[in-house]
Amino acid sequence: MLFRRPPDIQPSEITDRDLYLNRRKFLAAAGVTLGAALVGESLLAAPSAFPNLRKSPLSASESPNSPRDVTTYNNFYEFGTDKADPAQNAHTLVTRPWTVRIDGEVKRAQSVDVETLMRWSPPEERIYRLRCVEAWSMVIPWVGLPLAAIIKHAEPTSRAKYVEFTTLNDPKQMPGQRSRVLEWPYVEGLRLDEVMHPLAILAVGLYGDILPNQNGAPLRLVVPWKYGFKSVKSIVRIRLVEQQPVNTWNRAAPNEYGFYANVNPAVDHPRWSQAKERRLGEFTKRPTLPFNGYAEQVASLYSGMDLRKFY
Amino acid sequence: MKSLFAFKAALFALCLAPLAQLVFFAFTDRLGANPIEFVLRSLGTWTLTLLLVTLSITPLRRLTGWNSLIRVRRLLGLFAFFYACLHFLTYAGVDQSFDLSAILADVVKRPYITIGFTCFVLLIPLAATSTNAMQRRLGGKRWQQLHRLIYLIAAGGVVHYLWLVKKDITQPVLYGLVLAVLLGIRFAWRRRVPAAQAAVSRPPG
Repeated sequence: MLFRRPPDIQPSEITDRDLYLNRRKFLAAAGVTLGAALVGESLLAAPSAFPNLRKSPLSASESPNSPRDVTTYNNFYEFGTDKADPAQNAHTLVTRPWTVRIDGEVKRAQSVDVETLMRWSPPEERIYRLRCVEAWSMVIPWVGLPLAAIIKHAEPTSRAKYVEFTTLNDPKQMPGQRSRVLEWPYVEGLRLDEVMHPLAILAVGLYGDILPNQNGAPLRLVVPWKYGFKSVKSIVRIRLVEQQPVNTWNRAAPNEYGFYANVNPAVDHPRWSQAKERRLGEFTKRPTLPFNGYAEQVASLYSGMDLRKFY
Repeated sequence: MKSLFAFKAALFALCLAPLAQLVFFAFTDRLGANPIEFVLRSLGTWTLTLLLVTLSITPLRRLTGWNSLIRVRRLLGLFAFFYACLHFLTYAGVDQSFDLSAILADVVKRPYITIGFTCFVLLIPLAATSTNAMQRRLGGKRWQQLHRLIYLIAAGGVVHYLWLVKKDITQPVLYGLVLAVLLGIRFAWRRRVPAAQAAVSRPPG
């Protein structure tokens, strides 16, 4: 039962990380050389998924986990409940064309494609810590669209208090949805002020490239101060609402998973401690930080709230 | 006798295969992104598997009439204990870095760890009394009574697994079903024993 099929690609075959991270420099250098050779023809403008990607002061300074960690260890139950399943199964997901319905309490309800969203809110590199509720963590270099600009574009009405995000519901593309392990489609929610926070992004890429399917392509939420399950994947609908949405894990086990799900070492999950976490790639556990280390930026959103009650 | 020895040796090697696989995976970088979790889970499921294999010896023996099977039960039981020890040591040493206060807090506060730890502790007297000498010292009846703890331990192991999974309970339920069959057979046979014995003692007519 634990005899797993070895991955098709051996780690040794994967490009060395430093080379990978510096591949633009490598390509540019190769381009210059070739360009000099082929008179007048410059390859410097070789197509790239995200040309001129802006770096962000909001990025963490820690070094990111390996692409293998980030793309083979995923909780994405739409493609199976084992963390190795999504990398194996998510190829059935078709991510283009893809439209997102933005509606509810907005003045400009509309269906838009990902390219339009990228015009509304240009992509930036955001290196964030990700802390899973299961007490492991990674550092991930996302390519993300600041969410606030997108929401502003839809012009929320005064009644909009929360935002509900919904994942695609299509068992043909998402085989895991044939099992009733969770109620489909996956739904998550945030308070409007959380959505408008500069740290909140919709990720469209990873390591400077297009987001792999198993990581929630083509569009996933990333709210780095909350447990990973808040970061809903493959989003097809963004609905602004007056009432607090019921999120999927909260519906499945209300005493274990709350609406807020802010990373909090002082409030244990009923079945395990949240005081420490294992950063993938590290041997000993490290202490978990309040709000996953983003307390300075986000703690004020929750001033006066009892975080034991609103876990 | 010679064939039994060969069978035991083959079984011994087979029982070491899961450990050999883990070592091989470790040296070939195949333990995945979270190797500690992978090893911990693998050792746990092999403990449970071997407990169930041990419990299947008595029913198998009755069904096949191959009485020599009883000679390998101790080996299987001790291997279950061996994997339980590795599972516990991986948890306490590798996962928790022997942080005694954290381990104690886990044992007291986390029901699935409470039950897992209890089962591990209960396995110790069974392993300690597994020798022929201990069997003689305790006397057959008392030895058997003590070793009936294995039913409780196996059930506890399944509950330990069931309580730790987040949502997808398929695997622990499968283990639970196998255990239910193995215990159910015993229960059914036990109820039929008086009738069966009566039938045997009656002279053929």
